[in-house]
Amino acid sequence: MSGAVRARVLVRPKAGILDPQGQAVERALPALGFAGVSNVHVGRLIELEVEDPDELPEMCERLLANPLIEDYEIET
Amino acid sequence: MSPAASSSKHRELGLTDSEYELIVKRLGREPGDVELAMLSLMWSEHCAYKHSKKLLRRLPTDGPHVLMGPGENAGVVDVGGGLALAFKVESHNHPSAVEPFEGAATGVGGILRDVFAVGARPIAVLDSLRFGEPASSERSRYLLEHAVAGIGHYGNSIGVPTVGGELYFEHSYEQNCLVNAMCLGLAPRERLIRSAAAGPGNVLVLLGALTGRDGIGGASVLASAELGDGDESKRPSVQIGDPFAEKKLLECCLELLDRELLVSLQDLGAAGLTSSASEMASKGGVGLELDVSSVPLREPGLEPFEIMISESQERMLCVVEPGLVGEVMGVCEHWETLATPIGSVTDSGRLRVLAAGRAVADLPVSVLVDDCPLYDLSPAPHEGPLYAAAERVLTDQDTPAEILLKLLHSPNLASRRSVFEQYDWIVQSRTVRRPQEADAAVLALPDGSAIAVSIDGNGRRVACDPRRGAAEAVYECAANLACVGAEPLGLTNCLNFGNPEKPHVAWQLTEAVEGLAEACEALGIPVVGGNVSLYNEAPTGPIYPTPVVGIVGQLPDVHRAGQLGFAVEGDAIALVGPFEASRNGSELAKLAGLPPTGPLPPLDDRAVREAHEQVRAGVRGGTLNSAHDIAEGGLAVALAECCIAGDVGATVTLREGVDAFAEAPGQAFIVSGNERHLENFEIIGRVGGSELAIDGVLRISVSDLEQAWSGGLAAIGP
Amino acid sequence: MKFGVVRFPGSCDDDDALLAAGRVGEATILWHADRDLQGVDAVVVPGGFSYGDYLRAGAIARFAPVMEEVAEFARDGGLVLGICNGFQVLCEAGLLPGALLPNVSLRFVCRQVSVDVIHADTAFTCACEAGQTLSIPVKHTTGRFYAPDVELDRLDSGGQVLLRYAPGQNPNGSLRDIAGVCNEHGNVFGLMPHPEHAVDPLTGSSDGLSIFESMRAHVAGRVLV
Repeated sequence: MSGAVRARVLVRPKAGILDPQGQAVERALPALGFAGVSNVHVGRLIELEVEDPDELPEMCERLLANPLIEDYEIET
Repeated sequence: MSPAASSSKHRELGLTDSEYELIVKRLGREPGDVELAMLSLMWSEHCAYKHSKKLLRRLPTDGPHVLMGPGENAGVVDVGGGLALAFKVESHNHPSAVEPFEGAATGVGGILRDVFAVGARPIAVLDSLRFGEPASSERSRYLLEHAVAGIGHYGNSIGVPTVGGELYFEHSYEQNCLVNAMCLGLAPRERLIRSAAAGPGNVLVLLGALTGRDGIGGASVLASAELGDGDESKRPSVQIGDPFAEKKLLECCLELLDRELLVSLQDLGAAGLTSSASEMASKGGVGLELDVSSVPLREPGLEPFEIMISESQERMLCVVEPGLVGEVMGVCEHWETLATPIGSVTDSGRLRVLAAGRAVADLPVSVLVDDCPLYDLSPAPHEGPLYAAAERVLTDQDTPAEILLKLLHSPNLASRRSVFEQYDWIVQSRTVRRPQEADAAVLALPDGSAIAVSIDGNGRRVACDPRRGAAEAVYECAANLACVGAEPLGLTNCLNFGNPEKPHVAWQLTEAVEGLAEACEALGIPVVGGNVSLYNEAPTGPIYPTPVVGIVGQLPDVHRAGQLGFAVEGDAIALVGPFEASRNGSELAKLAGLPPTGPLPPLDDRAVREAHEQVRAGVRGGTLNSAHDIAEGGLAVALAECCIAGDVGATVTLREGVDAFAEAPGQAFIVSGNERHLENFEIIGRVGGSELAIDGVLRISVSDLEQAWSGGLAAIGP
Repeated sequence: MKFGVVRFPGSCDDDDALLAAGRVGEATILWHADRDLQGVDAVVVPGGFSYGDYLRAGAIARFAPVMEEVAEFARDGGLVLGICNGFQVLCEAGLLPGALLPNVSLRFVCRQVSVDVIHADTAFTCACEAGQTLSIPVKHTTGRFYAPDVELDRLDSGGQVLLRYAPGQNPNGSLRDIAGVCNEHGNVFGLMPHPEHAVDPLTGSSDGLSIFESMRAHVAGRVLV
């Protein structure tokens, strides 16, 4: 299909907000024998194909992320 | 060359040579690939009950309240007021051992579908779980955590409360965990529907989720060359559940039934389209023709055999008169549920499968459903011990008080709060007795009466003595109902056993079914449905023989539902019922490091029936302020549980010779109430104070009891 | 007094809310795809798993056609009560401040909790007394209330925190033990506990009824003026 651009949106919890999922993962890795792991955060990946990549930021602001509690990063 | 020798495909699909020869004989030719795939599943143990069907005929199925007995998607009993209660228990053991979250979740999803397939709105779920010893097995802790999360995820998301259940830990379940899920549903009697297809010319409509490659696994040997070995990722052996899809499917089906738009309804479970279509046709004595090209797919390129045996979740099959198909599609659209006509009912008595108009399977329905051979078992008890003992936890120096605290703290007896707080037990606003408030869950009905339900089993005791142990499960479950004031209406059971081709397992199975039958006959409780899960065995040996029993009952006045905790200071405490107890098979014996050995105590069924009736009447009449049956852990544990639940102590004196830790499940009760109401019972003590004192045996503060009990499971998760 | 209870695909506690509201006035279902609010005096956005909680709880439900009407209804001063998933939907829709995050325990928790009424002079709490403790169940995985500190200070000083978990009762790690907040105008209220499951001592407690009664009293009072 012409014009379709593949994009990835990475959504992560805003810094400073308690992230118990990240903490749980950070605790679990050493138990499996992996040392030196820190600063773990768990977010979400959204993959999509879009006609107009300029619309991506608005998609993120309105639906894909909640700007109060999440940061997002767009990759095309 | 004989047909069997010319191809080994059938063996890879699990059919024996003689089964294959029988198929060839019945068809008058060799089966094509799609037919072979269908037959391999329909003739599997899971679908055909080859080793258990003959045995199950022993179970009594008649009762005055029975509306639908075994054979339909769920059993149904009449609960008055124009309402019917559907219920069933099913296992999802093997998938849960592979992927506990999705295995347990889809187990719940499947049993929910069985219930709304007969037209009932699911109103409650109970879970019966068994794992290896948590203290020594990280794997068992992992399975426990994820199975509980999976059950919670599915039940909570779909809005059905999980109101009760049971949880056991034994070495014998280490390699083969047990996940049994029971569901209850409510329907106006007119909305009940059967699965028999009818009316040649009627349309076969597939409802719900898209069809993918879920659960195909073993049949991959039939794949065409393009998708061969090395494409394991394309054939997930795990089914993934979507409770949101099922919620929409459920509401859609109930509305279709309310509007009387369906001739029949069947859910798609094991063996997917194949078993649903076969069963519907068989029950109706008709034929079906369907075209797999019309089945909406999740991914392109599924072969016809894959479409026929896919176990993708959240799908139902229904039969609709041609003139009503449009209205059916409208209702489905409203509930965002996919609906696709895929075929029609015929009068040929054959199941005909087309792929883009070309026949890929065409065989008599009877070959799929009726012709699978049923095997006789060759039962013979095992010579010598079959099961190892658990680790010794008690020492010779332990005082009775220390023994009681260790029992309360042990994983089989400790508080299950950390588990049931992960379940929503209040949605739908019917729950009158919450987990651990009473011996059975109690759900209010619109007419002021209530339903009670409990699920029970004890594999270790059945291992000691299969016949008595299985009977005990029925008596204990009925006793739990009596404690809340309920009269049993019907029973569903799941038989979890090892490999039935081994004589000692066949013996366990035969004895257990006999024990269940005897107890059901003695108590007058009909078996309205159930499930069998065999081959739960590891190289180290079989699981404990584990019949799990779920009984539903009814009490006339919801305001008189019983509770288990001591309620009023100064109340007298009485022991009701014969209590022929022994330490064989007890929790004490387990903690003492003894292997499971029998025999189990005999049970005077007349005296026990009378005890159940006395407790039931006392609870209904409001003369008993609390009632609790004496089960695992014996008298001392039962008394402790009553004190903890009531947050009050008790002073008790036991008769000479009565053992505080011996067990006899289903036989006896601890009740409390005003002294003048307990005149006809054996009074053993009084409610009051802040300690449990058993004269000459032990004295412990209720807070110490509570601490031991509430810390037992929390220490090891979830 | 007429309550409208919104029903999304995936709503679970809609029927329970209907029953609870029905004890206090008339109650009707508002289908997610319809824009007709049927002249109700108050809207209840109920608990459950609307749209499967996909993406984020409430993220998709907030865009349902009915929610556009509810937003306008709220802008005009109509009463809107959001319970659990409903609270999440209202936060996503910007009708309430803050957001709901996963419980600190990362687990679903179903438990009877005690909540303290902080302000009893609102449309949702006028049938209660300030300082009164209500016993109401919670059941959720995503109930931890969050807002930046500056916002939390504003909510406190503005009297917008209506319910707080009693000491030791916070089941999810909500900041400042916040169980329920209202908007600046005081006509939209969201809470994680389920008052519709506390309307009958037979099923636990009847403390939740006072929230529905408050709404009725408020509406009745408005009409009389």
